[in-house]
Amino acid sequence: MSEPLLQAVNLECERDDRVLFRDLSFSILPGTLIRVEGPNGSGKTTLLRILAGLNDSYSGDLLWRGQRRDGYREDFLRNMLYLGHRPGIKPLLTPIENLRALMAGRRSVPDKVLWQALEGTGLGGFQAVPCHSLSAGQQRRVALARLLIADEPLWILDEVFTAIDIHGVAALEKLLIERVENGGAIVVTTHHDLRLPAMQRVTLGGGDGYDR
Amino acid sequence: MTAEFTVNLRSPDVSVGTATAMKAVFVRDLKIALRQPQDLLNPLLFFVMVVTLFPLGVSPEVSFLEQAGSGILWVAALLSVLLSLDHLYRHDFDDGTLEQLVLQPQPLFLLVLAKSMAHWVLTGLPLVLLAPVLGVMVHLQGNSVAVLCLTLLIGTPVLSLIGSIGAALTLGLRAAGVLLSLLIIPLYIPVLIFGTGTVMAASEGAPVAGQLALMGAFLVLALTLAPFASAAALRISLSNS
Amino acid sequence: MWQIFHKLGSPKWFFGIASTLMPWLLWVGLALMVAGIGWGLAFAPQDYLQGNSYRIIFIHVPSAFLAQSVYMMMAVAGLVTLVWRMKLADVFVKAVAPVGAVLTFLALFTGAVWGKPTWGTWWIWDARLTSMLILLFLYFGVIALGAAISDEKSSARAVAVLVLVGVVNIPIIKYSVEWWNTLHQPATFKLTEKPSMPAEMWVPLLLSVLGLYLIFGWLTCLRMQTEILVREGRTRWVKELVQAGGN
Repeated sequence: MSEPLLQAVNLECERDDRVLFRDLSFSILPGTLIRVEGPNGSGKTTLLRILAGLNDSYSGDLLWRGQRRDGYREDFLRNMLYLGHRPGIKPLLTPIENLRALMAGRRSVPDKVLWQALEGTGLGGFQAVPCHSLSAGQQRRVALARLLIADEPLWILDEVFTAIDIHGVAALEKLLIERVENGGAIVVTTHHDLRLPAMQRVTLGGGDGYDR
Repeated sequence: MTAEFTVNLRSPDVSVGTATAMKAVFVRDLKIALRQPQDLLNPLLFFVMVVTLFPLGVSPEVSFLEQAGSGILWVAALLSVLLSLDHLYRHDFDDGTLEQLVLQPQPLFLLVLAKSMAHWVLTGLPLVLLAPVLGVMVHLQGNSVAVLCLTLLIGTPVLSLIGSIGAALTLGLRAAGVLLSLLIIPLYIPVLIFGTGTVMAASEGAPVAGQLALMGAFLVLALTLAPFASAAALRISLSNS
Repeated sequence: MWQIFHKLGSPKWFFGIASTLMPWLLWVGLALMVAGIGWGLAFAPQDYLQGNSYRIIFIHVPSAFLAQSVYMMMAVAGLVTLVWRMKLADVFVKAVAPVGAVLTFLALFTGAVWGKPTWGTWWIWDARLTSMLILLFLYFGVIALGAAISDEKSSARAVAVLVLVGVVNIPIIKYSVEWWNTLHQPATFKLTEKPSMPAEMWVPLLLSVLGLYLIFGWLTCLRMQTEILVREGRTRWVKELVQAGGN
């Protein structure tokens, strides 16, 4: 068995006097997809933000490739891609400018590849239109274009199917399956009924959250 | 729509240096601002209008304006920077680009520094360029107009850098604008004191090199410390969202 | 070592220690205050310039002293919050910020009252009064930011950053304000220098400073205990404590 990328050990998170989860432990292995499940307000997004390193009000440990993540933050960030509720798209910039800006801090990618990636998400012809004139679904597709050029082994995707049409959902599902088959690790939350061969579940919201 | 999520593109892995990443952040902020020129103009108009209030509200006498001119201009500049700070991180926070910025593999304080510098170029620098005109209107004499511009040139980046801390701390809060002012105004006082004091000294013919050097020291201190505080504050605000 | 540190940070442990310390802090503090102020008001000699009006320093100086050191203490606690995430440090900052603000206000108020007979006006823009006024603004900022963030942990950490930024700025503000206005009399007394006032004046002053420190310690313990009870209300030890108190 291969070495886990990210390991959560006894995670506990309390928010506004409510325990969202506690003693939560799981490993994220290459070639697996983990679906975080639970009712609204059970802390799915919070867990993903903790895993991504955006939220650090938790107790417990996060191990990146077997080491405490705090000491390897840069290495972790280079190898992790996070897409949140908010797409990270500037309305005043065009899709191609947005993609360029998002990649600028990570890798230098030739412009040709970026144009192709946008075409690949069904945005062909819209590459140079300001994003505020695009629909919500199209804006999300700009963000999703990153998945086509991503080489990060760990993806953390929050509500990744939101605002995407049926064709898009099917295509995106296929992309995720291929990714996992090729050894990528993916953590998702989604209300979409996702069925994948190598899927694991992490279920939140067991207790009422108030007991101690 | 024929092709959807079909191409799986792999590009050569050329990782990006910190300087390139900083430049990208800086350029992106300038580009966005230039697409909305009205937002750039508003703090400048505010600056001019606040300065106009003083001759109207206090006295148009040359003797008063000569005395108070540098203070009026400095207070107006300070307020107009303060007014523009609310936007520094708010839009990025709302559309999610701030999350992506924090997750970039470069040291966050350097990216924050790039953002603060972009903020200065977009708000502080135009104020410096506009100041001579207003300086003449409040009857500052020859040399003191130049000194005023020099103090603003050194002082306004400090305002942007310190202001960035307040903007990061109040990110995502209700009524963040007023709270931001409450937090930041006391921290602006030294810059204001030395900014106006230097111009006053110049108008009395006293040497000002020492004061200017001291303001330079403020700038160096703000450049080295403020980005760390802003970065820490951003992480806290994002943790809370 | 690490365990001791953690134990020090445990609210339950603090609660017990505070309960034992509090009566001592209160009564010794009160005794020192009464002695210092009584001596200062009734027995210390008149000032040859200011007559009896100077006697307000027995309140003014202790509160000004403490107002500044409370901010320093908050900064130390803020650092602890950011580095070690110690709950008790959060509680401390939250408990003492309003006390610091009140002390700063008291120093300003007594300064104004002192100013009336001395300068003939309630308020003068002199360096030290202005510095105290800015310190009051800093306290207001800390309290306002703490109140604006509902999540306890985020609130404590944001406030810690603000307090640390403030503490870096305090010497700069002081220096700037002094440069701006160098008209005031030199500092009343410094610990490192030989005091210029006679012993009959500075001994009671020292007593009232010490007394106020102890009373501040008592008040801090009390406020921290209250805050801990609110925060830890759902834990077993607090429930047991409440039940024991009810029987």
